[in-house]
Amino acid sequence: MIEVHNIHKAFNGNPVLKGVNCIFETGKCNLVLGGSGTGKSVLLQCIVGLMKPDIGSITFDGTMFTNNKVDIRQEIRRQIGMLFQGGALFDSMTVAENTEFPLKMLTPNMSREERRDRVEFCLKRVGLENAGNKMPSEISGGMKKRVGIARAIAPNCTYLFCDEPNSGLDPATSIKIDELIYEITHEYGITTVVITHDMNSVVEIGDHIIFLHKGQKLWDGNKDEILYAQVPELKEFIFSSSLVRAAKRVEDEGGSLDQIRNEPAREV
Amino acid sequence: MIQVFGRFLLFMQSMLVRTERIKVLWKRVIDEAILIGVDSVFIVSIVAAFIGAVTCVQIAYNLTNPLIPKSTIGFMVREMTILELAPTISSIVLAGKVGSSIAGGLGTMRITEQIDALEVMGINSASYLVLPRILGAIITFPLLVILAMMLSIFGGYLAGTLSGALSGQEYIEGIRDAFIPYNIAFALIKSVVFAFLVSTISAYQGYYTRGGALEVGAASTKAVTNSIIAILLADYVLAQTLL
Ligand SMILES: Nc1ncnc2c1ncn2[C@@H]1O[C@H](COP(=O)(O)OP(=O)(O)OP(=O)(O)O)[C@@H](O)[C@H]1O
Ligand SMILES: [Mg+2]
Repeated sequence: MIEVHNIHKAFNGNPVLKGVNCIFETGKCNLVLGGSGTGKSVLLQCIVGLMKPDIGSITFDGTMFTNNKVDIRQEIRRQIGMLFQGGALFDSMTVAENTEFPLKMLTPNMSREERRDRVEFCLKRVGLENAGNKMPSEISGGMKKRVGIARAIAPNCTYLFCDEPNSGLDPATSIKIDELIYEITHEYGITTVVITHDMNSVVEIGDHIIFLHKGQKLWDGNKDEILYAQVPELKEFIFSSSLVRAAKRVEDEGGSLDQIRNEPAREV
Repeated sequence: MIQVFGRFLLFMQSMLVRTERIKVLWKRVIDEAILIGVDSVFIVSIVAAFIGAVTCVQIAYNLTNPLIPKSTIGFMVREMTILELAPTISSIVLAGKVGSSIAGGLGTMRITEQIDALEVMGINSASYLVLPRILGAIITFPLLVILAMMLSIFGGYLAGTLSGALSGQEYIEGIRDAFIPYNIAFALIKSVVFAFLVSTISAYQGYYTRGGALEVGAASTKAVTNSIIAILLADYVLAQTLL
């Protein structure tokens, strides 16, 4: 469990986070939802320690992370896997070497064979068993994200952070990535934090959702509760999706989405 | 200015705490040394050979007094290239090549979050990425400078004999005249200092890049200009103190 306590962060006097309190539960997909520029990435960077919050503290399973001794912070960081918004793959290494890298660095006792097996397993887990020898510049955006996931889970991380895992992906691929993250979380009991502004992800994998708006947490709950949430900003966020509005229109006209979807395609 | 220097010192210090295991570090150093060294052999060779040749031709052109023996041309080529031209000009060329590649490489890693990825894994990115580059440069610069010395003397030989300014015999006689071994040591000390300056200044510029592709380009340019200025300043200071 990760506890975020009263985080404040400002850049040159512009407050971005204004006292965020939240809890990310173990073994669940915790989503941080919010519009663009609400400080989601900043919150994540504060949690993993890439940025220092002005006020506030973060604990990982009871161990204080912020302002603690370097050794302890290091110890926690070694249990963190992170998927970056752009993948952040090391571009001088192949896909397999990227996946092997944290193993090489963090578990020096592992033998070469064990490492190779683990890499093979992780790449297979994300469906990239044949891409091991490719360079990051040779693979697509969706594949990069998958390699990012493989690299993050390779050293058996306890905490997994994903910054917009499905930005820039087509709907089908982003659902696959979401499912992958969801399955991995539940398979290994990882504490996963996913940043997103995609409602698809929310209703798909949101075990626990936190809604950020203008640097503050306005709501939290799960995917079944979110549609009934009584927070105007959140309602605005959910129902601003054109797809939701289109679906609404279909229903207003007396149709049903299931029916349209299952209708045999007409000859043109 | 003082603030920048302070930040630079902190950067140097951050590199030396929580370093990786020696085995990992050593492997990285060798990788970087190969990258810096092998890639630069060609350009350094060309520059050195021509510098030697041009020096020889110009000295021959200026030495018209028949009382001065022709072997003096060889002597002067040796003194000029070993002491100044080979180490300094080679390092300036390397500042352009190695400096921009270090700054560009680290800058790109910074803006594509690769450095953040290392940090999140709990790896000290400064020591993992920067220290091997500095050590690699410190190993390869002197080797390249030795190569440059040999080739510039050889270039002078070719230019001198082919243009008929002096015979090969006379050139070699001049080369061997009143040789001071300390000059070689001095040139190598210079090359180590220059290697340190080029690699640290460029790494600093690249490591702290903020923004996008445009800033990476700017960081490379700044790395090269600052390195060259530092080389010339250090050259003067070393000549004053060590000669
Ligand atoms: N390093 C920084 N320096 C100054 N301002 C920053 C910095 N990082 C973020 N900000 C500011 O903080 C605000 C929140 O940015 P953040 O990246 O957290 O948004 P986000 O919620 O992740 O948005 P998106 O969904 O578009 O990624 C923005 O207004 C941004 O300008
Ligand atoms: Mg973001």
